[in-house]
Amino acid sequence: MPSALPPYASTGQRTWYYTFRVICALIFFFLIFPILVIIPLSFNAQNFFTFTPEMLTLDPAGYSLKHYQDFFTNSDWQAAMRNSISIAPAATLLATTFGTVAAIGLSQSHMPFRSVVMAMLISPMIVPLIISAAGMYFFYSRIGLQGTYIGVVMAHAALGTPFVIITVTATLVGFDQSLVRAAANLGANPVTTFFRVQMPLILPGVISGALFAFITSFDEVVVVLFLGSASQKTLPWQMFTGLREQISPTILAVATLLVAISILLLTTLELLRRRSERLRGVTPG
Amino acid sequence: MSDTDQTMAVLTTQDGVPLKVSIRRALRAQKIRALLLVAPLFLFILLSFVAPIADMLFRSVENDIVPNTLPQTVVAIELWDENSGELPGEDVYAALAADLQVATKSKTHTRVGSRLNYEKPGTSSLFRKTGRRVNKFEDGNYKEQFLKADKKWGDVEYWQVIKRFSSPLTGGYFLAASDAERTADGVQLKAEDERIYLLLFGRTLMLSITITASCILLGYPIAWLLASLPLRSSNLLMILVLLPFWTSLLVRTSAWKVLLQQQGVINDTLVWLGIVGDESRLALINNQTGTIIAMTHILLPFMILPLFSVMKTISPTYMRAAKSMGATDWYAFWRVYFPQTIPGIGAGSILVFILSIGYYITPELVGGTSGIFISNRIAYHISSSLNWGLAAALGVMLLVLVMTLYWLYDRIVGIDNVKLG
Repeated sequence: MPSALPPYASTGQRTWYYTFRVICALIFFFLIFPILVIIPLSFNAQNFFTFTPEMLTLDPAGYSLKHYQDFFTNSDWQAAMRNSISIAPAATLLATTFGTVAAIGLSQSHMPFRSVVMAMLISPMIVPLIISAAGMYFFYSRIGLQGTYIGVVMAHAALGTPFVIITVTATLVGFDQSLVRAAANLGANPVTTFFRVQMPLILPGVISGALFAFITSFDEVVVVLFLGSASQKTLPWQMFTGLREQISPTILAVATLLVAISILLLTTLELLRRRSERLRGVTPG
Repeated sequence: MSDTDQTMAVLTTQDGVPLKVSIRRALRAQKIRALLLVAPLFLFILLSFVAPIADMLFRSVENDIVPNTLPQTVVAIELWDENSGELPGEDVYAALAADLQVATKSKTHTRVGSRLNYEKPGTSSLFRKTGRRVNKFEDGNYKEQFLKADKKWGDVEYWQVIKRFSSPLTGGYFLAASDAERTADGVQLKAEDERIYLLLFGRTLMLSITITASCILLGYPIAWLLASLPLRSSNLLMILVLLPFWTSLLVRTSAWKVLLQQQGVINDTLVWLGIVGDESRLALINNQTGTIIAMTHILLPFMILPLFSVMKTISPTYMRAAKSMGATDWYAFWRVYFPQTIPGIGAGSILVFILSIGYYITPELVGGTSGIFISNRIAYHISSSLNWGLAAALGVMLLVLVMTLYWLYDRIVGIDNVKLG
């Protein structure tokens, strides 16, 4: 697909060029419309899931913040919010710490059995969630972790580590090992070398891995559905039961807030990407 | 003389250690350090993830509840010929009475009953009913007393089931998961109208293929456009792909639930445009259509991103060369550009297929009864029917399927080429 029409293009080429653009626009519309449409709907003054006539005429009476108010005052939603906020950071911390350290070990040239170990550490990402959830439910109820905060955090950390390993090993490919040797040469011990030399350079990879781990835990619903008890009910779980049983428009308010969070995450990641490109000397367009 | 020669030949470090030994020692230290760095995560994943999966594999063949609860019966029934068509002897009835008398004290007889009920309906009530009377049995003539407690004890089939499931390991769950049963003539498929799991596996595969195909259809033009636009505008348009990718799965599913409803936005718009009548609103949700639309939307970024990264590496000069040599636009695309994008299509397809085959949340919420996947059945057996062995067997079968696909993915694309963001 040429990016611009040459001046000598025939009528057929012109038609195809514009048809193709229209097709692409429609697909982009398909991608983005479902996400955008819930934002105005979440301000609906009625308990409907469709645009009321008042909304279509942009009558202020058709809009209200009552679904947001419900979210911030309803004890179920608030408890779910608290659980999500207490589970996701703990799982992220666990996944990022273990994952970063392991990624450094994995990228050393003398690591024995690398491919086997790598395959095992990546496996939580490949195994379908329902199977992980089933296995964890059976096993964790044997060892008494089913329905506990620690059990859910462990499970989410396990699901998040592959992302940390992948992003950090990718960053380490561009890391100059002679810097570590230089630091050691100048008398730094391994711990100082790690925190003062290696860590600042691979930080973008670690942060984006941590963001992936965070969103994995924050969005996760299948595993927590089986593994958690009522006191670990997270935001996605509450949304899931809400959608299955009594669909209330509060879900749309929550969804809008979650979209805002993902925009925030996306921006952070984009900035990190630009930074690492700049460091490598590649200028973004 | 020869001694000095040898010491000269072996290079040593300053403190007299041969160089080879010294290097080996240093290498070993590095190896150990690398291993020690990986060890914490290795152990963590082993405990939190690999052990559960192994436990599930074990549970899919585990059957120790029968031999543990009915130890004497299992030994006694060993000698009975199940194909003779005759009831077992008095010794077996006596052994069962002894076992049940013990089992009723700890109330484990109902658990054996419900375990065997998966294989032969009616066993659960049989064990419960007999359990209430067995402690009043008098010594001797057990067969008569059992038959008096419940007529079913005179039915050979119940005894056959007990004998068949008397070993601590069983393939019974796998048979049930593939809609087969063991009859007197060996393993056979169940009657056609009872084959639910093969039907579900088939439907899961069919729907996943449809979803993958729609992702190729919708993803290809987008990836092509993004790869051919100048970097600045393609970066901007990329946001439209990445935003759905980063949005919570539940948000996207709820959006589709809202859009596709009978009284939802899409049907309202169609009615307003006069395309469909108010009374003939389209049924877009709680069926296969709903699952396909919502999952195509959810998995589309996983198709676009690998396609984009492959197309990005194809130089535009090939197309120009083909056209300068007289190829039409279509011919140049089909014979020159398209073949080079096949690795991207392969990578994206396998990725989307693997992801969709194990999906649970979206089919559960928008699939109704006709649009659900095998995962939903696994979840049902874990949380509703409590037949964990069958859930485990179905899970193992799905796992084998995914692992085979993943192995293919590794062969075609290579796991190291997985890129994120």
